[in-house]
Amino acid sequence: MSVDTATVRRVARLARIKVTDDEAERMTNELNSILGFVEQLDEVDVAGVEPMTSVVSVKMRRRQDVVTDGEDAEGVTANAPVSEDNFFLVPKVVE
Amino acid sequence: MTDLTSLTLAEARDALKAKSFTAVELTDAYLAAMEKARVLNAYVAETPEKAREMAKTSDERIAAGKAGALEGLPLGIKDLYATKGVHTQACSHILDGFEPTYESTVSANLWADGAVMLGKLNMDEFAMGSSNETSHYGSVVNPWRRNGSDANLVPGGSSGGSAAAVAARLCLGATATDTGGSIRQPAAFTGTAGIKPTYGRCSRWGLVAFASSLDQAGPIARDVRDAAILLKSMASVDPKDTTSVDIPVPDYEAAVGKSVKGLRIGIPKEYRLDGMPAEIDALWQKGIDILREAGAEIVDISLPHTKYALPAYYIVAPAEASSNLARYDGVRYGLRVPGSDIVDMYENTRAAGFGAEVKRRILIGTYVLSAGYYDAYYLRAQKVRTLIKRDFETVYAAGVDAILTPATPSAAFGIGEKADADPVEMYLNDVFTVTVNMAGLPGLAVPAGLSAEGLPLGLQLIGRPFDEETLFTLGSAIEKAVGTFAPKRWW
Amino acid sequence: MNMAVRTPDPKKLIKGATGDWEIIIGLEVHAQVTSNAKLFSGASAVFGAEPNMHVSLVDAAMPGMLPVINEECVAQAIRTGLGLKAAINLYSVFDRKNYFYPDLPQGYQISQYKQPIVGEGKVLLDMPEGVVEIGIERLHLEQDAGKSIHDQHPTMSFVDLNRSGVALMEIVSKPDLRSSEEVKAYLAKLRTILRYLGTCDGNMEEGSMRADINVSVRKPGDPLGTRCEIKNVNSMRFAAQAVEFEARRQIGIIEDGGKIDQETRLYDPGKGETRSMRSKEEAHDYRYFPDPDLLPLELDPAWVEGLKAQLPELPDEKKARFVADYGITPYDAMVLTLERASADYYEQVAKKRDGKAVANFMINELFGRLNKDGKGIEASPVSPEQLGSIVDLIGDGTISGKIAKDLFEIVYTEGGDPRKLVEERGLKQVTDTGAIEKAVDEVIAANPDKAEQAKAKPTLSGWFVGQVMKATGGKANPQAVNDLVKAKLGIE
Repeated sequence: MSVDTATVRRVARLARIKVTDDEAERMTNELNSILGFVEQLDEVDVAGVEPMTSVVSVKMRRRQDVVTDGEDAEGVTANAPVSEDNFFLVPKVVE
Repeated sequence: MTDLTSLTLAEARDALKAKSFTAVELTDAYLAAMEKARVLNAYVAETPEKAREMAKTSDERIAAGKAGALEGLPLGIKDLYATKGVHTQACSHILDGFEPTYESTVSANLWADGAVMLGKLNMDEFAMGSSNETSHYGSVVNPWRRNGSDANLVPGGSSGGSAAAVAARLCLGATATDTGGSIRQPAAFTGTAGIKPTYGRCSRWGLVAFASSLDQAGPIARDVRDAAILLKSMASVDPKDTTSVDIPVPDYEAAVGKSVKGLRIGIPKEYRLDGMPAEIDALWQKGIDILREAGAEIVDISLPHTKYALPAYYIVAPAEASSNLARYDGVRYGLRVPGSDIVDMYENTRAAGFGAEVKRRILIGTYVLSAGYYDAYYLRAQKVRTLIKRDFETVYAAGVDAILTPATPSAAFGIGEKADADPVEMYLNDVFTVTVNMAGLPGLAVPAGLSAEGLPLGLQLIGRPFDEETLFTLGSAIEKAVGTFAPKRWW
Repeated sequence: MNMAVRTPDPKKLIKGATGDWEIIIGLEVHAQVTSNAKLFSGASAVFGAEPNMHVSLVDAAMPGMLPVINEECVAQAIRTGLGLKAAINLYSVFDRKNYFYPDLPQGYQISQYKQPIVGEGKVLLDMPEGVVEIGIERLHLEQDAGKSIHDQHPTMSFVDLNRSGVALMEIVSKPDLRSSEEVKAYLAKLRTILRYLGTCDGNMEEGSMRADINVSVRKPGDPLGTRCEIKNVNSMRFAAQAVEFEARRQIGIIEDGGKIDQETRLYDPGKGETRSMRSKEEAHDYRYFPDPDLLPLELDPAWVEGLKAQLPELPDEKKARFVADYGITPYDAMVLTLERASADYYEQVAKKRDGKAVANFMINELFGRLNKDGKGIEASPVSPEQLGSIVDLIGDGTISGKIAKDLFEIVYTEGGDPRKLVEERGLKQVTDTGAIEKAVDEVIAANPDKAEQAKAKPTLSGWFVGQVMKATGGKANPQAVNDLVKAKLGIE
């Protein structure tokens, strides 16, 4: 499988990365090179093979239903590029 | 006084205990060495005040007889580790100015044992790279040079800053991380010892995530013993990381220097690549001979799905990365580049904040997960991963204790040498290391000799899950036979 | 999915210009799990804190943060599944649903896509025509998103992550509903079940229960039509209105020769209509994959059994038992079991009493009065003990039914022991035949012409009974009055 520039643009849009025409062109070549490389997986017979869900065979631990965190709105917003009254501010979202 | 930075971590530990010098003196020696070595670009942030303060506290604890296992030992921390109130950017522009309000579990473990932080180490952006050339802070220069050449070489990646700093004596040891070879490949390129422990051995909490199912913390150190000492402190089960495993952490140092007699070492035929340089082949043979002479039993084994590990990795890792890196959106921390609306702000921020390699992997990852392609790429890759793991399980079930392979297909290369190459060519650097991540196993890189050009070359030992001890035993046997390696100082 | 298990009921069809139409409805209800902490973090899940106060580093998606699942949220999902008579999946998987939105800090929502924790189940609706069974397709756990506020600033939105990471159960029905009445009944029943279980408070105003409604229309017997999804409806009334509007909108388009576009719509209660949300439609590609930070969720069967053993009696079972044990009608039993608190109240009173009398008094007097005040049963000023003694007073003939109403009002507004109140305020029923006889005689004497008429028209005796009751201030025993009136008037 290979991708064209339009696909690369669509994928970049999904990933929210702006690309210039030159970049889209270059990335199309690079992506095709990588996709060409991974194509060899098609040789592998995976019939009846379970996909890996975890490399470690342990049961997932769980937390108790106790409030142990939060109550630090200032800390949470301390690194925010734009904030006000402990809210994060973003360009207006139109619903 | 002799140069304190020439001591290994174990030696410095014992000397501090014997009160031969103070932790402050040791720390000052490193801070001075760091200042003189800025040309290597190993550190992206130096924290001298914090270091001296921690060293002072260590001296007090040593005086009070309350020294921890790493008391007063100065370390460098990879920029991927969250360090409270200190530069933590995974060497990316997108995390500009980010100073976490929290400390990663692994670094917190080190400080709890008394270690001293010298600063944050350079790395490939978000740990994506094999040469440390993708860092927003510029390339790291390998302290090693080819015989008679003054060309700057890469230290490997992504933990290039960690490897270079350890090799150049700019810290006693360093934390690193390994997703596809990011500890072992730079260790091999710099003549240092590095171990990627079993997945789940160290907590991932507070490590900026690249690929969650593959990332694992580990140390890069001057020798095998130092690596063992550091891993003991770094490893722990962590209630904040449900993929960390609740198995007691053994005394790894005790495994160093033990006899290898009777251990069965597998030599996988699939690692004998076409076109592999003769000196890599020779190095491998040398390792085999050393272990055999030390009493280990050498057996030929087969890991039939080896060649599929790298392509499967380049589906799984970018897929996870594309999702893990979605949080860098200019809203809560780091860089924000304004835009006409919210989507425009996202797109501008991420276009400016991520470097070319990171973008490439995000796009690949987004593509392979997108509608209609999931089964063909991601699901298939995860099935192949099961087969890769099964290969290892089969040989371990047949009685193999560990596997010996080369660590890298070549010695360090020049900075910029592969700049125009196809991305896949760079990815091939990890061809020997990536299988270990795909199977979640421990892997130790240990220096085993120098190339004809005078550059270090490493061997890799792969172990059973949670059997890092056997790797330390075998690694120290190789080290005993070949010695340790240090670059000539030119900086 | 089962598509057409139900035969179309002519009464539920909508008349169009070209004939009858059947509405096919499926619901996805998002119910907030009742828990102290969030699904994957230790921050509080309580509603209504200052901005970003109930936010942990995990909820704010700080670099290097990892989710750890809250065991109680898992238990709540299992309880709910058991309450819906559903299959519990001992192995389920958390996936990431990837999309960018400012109130989604991670850039993905942790949800369950292919392998949910709960499988197929059912909900029974008490409809006027009988019991209707609605299939449950699945229930899964997922994270709620934060909140963006758009009216604080001309060019900026304010983001508050307090809700971010709160546990939600998404309960997906099969497309088994056929009318807006059933939608209302389904939401009400689901809420009843969740409240019984204590797994969700069902408070739709605060958003702890929201519904996405899938609506399509077809001519009976035809294959399914294209559906539209009405997002985020937060009241039962609006849900019913939205369904009505949407069905008619779709019928109108098709009958005009148009085609339905599969799309997401929003219900505007002000205008009473649904409108397209095309802005959100752009490039939906959620790129689901298993969350590599979380291992699969494996449940110990013994743990699930333990949860099952501790499950409270559910409304359907309770209703059946009330009918059997107390001899009340299925309708009354349904009304009494709508809320667990009402059912508990009822049982407290009805034990060792006439269940029918208690049911009547509760439904007619207590519920009516509480409703008037907009109060729930928990806030009832009349305790089960007080209500019980009022019913007792009627039962042993101490007071009449009419007086009981007055007494109830006194107890409701002033409080006090009903038995004492009867004494103090002279509300006791007059059973002394002498006194009653005197009153009857007086009424007959005052109305000789009516008395004469009554002999030919016996139903007039009711008028005399009423006059006597009035004269005695309602305290006379109605039966005694009745008997005496008839005897004195010479009516059989």
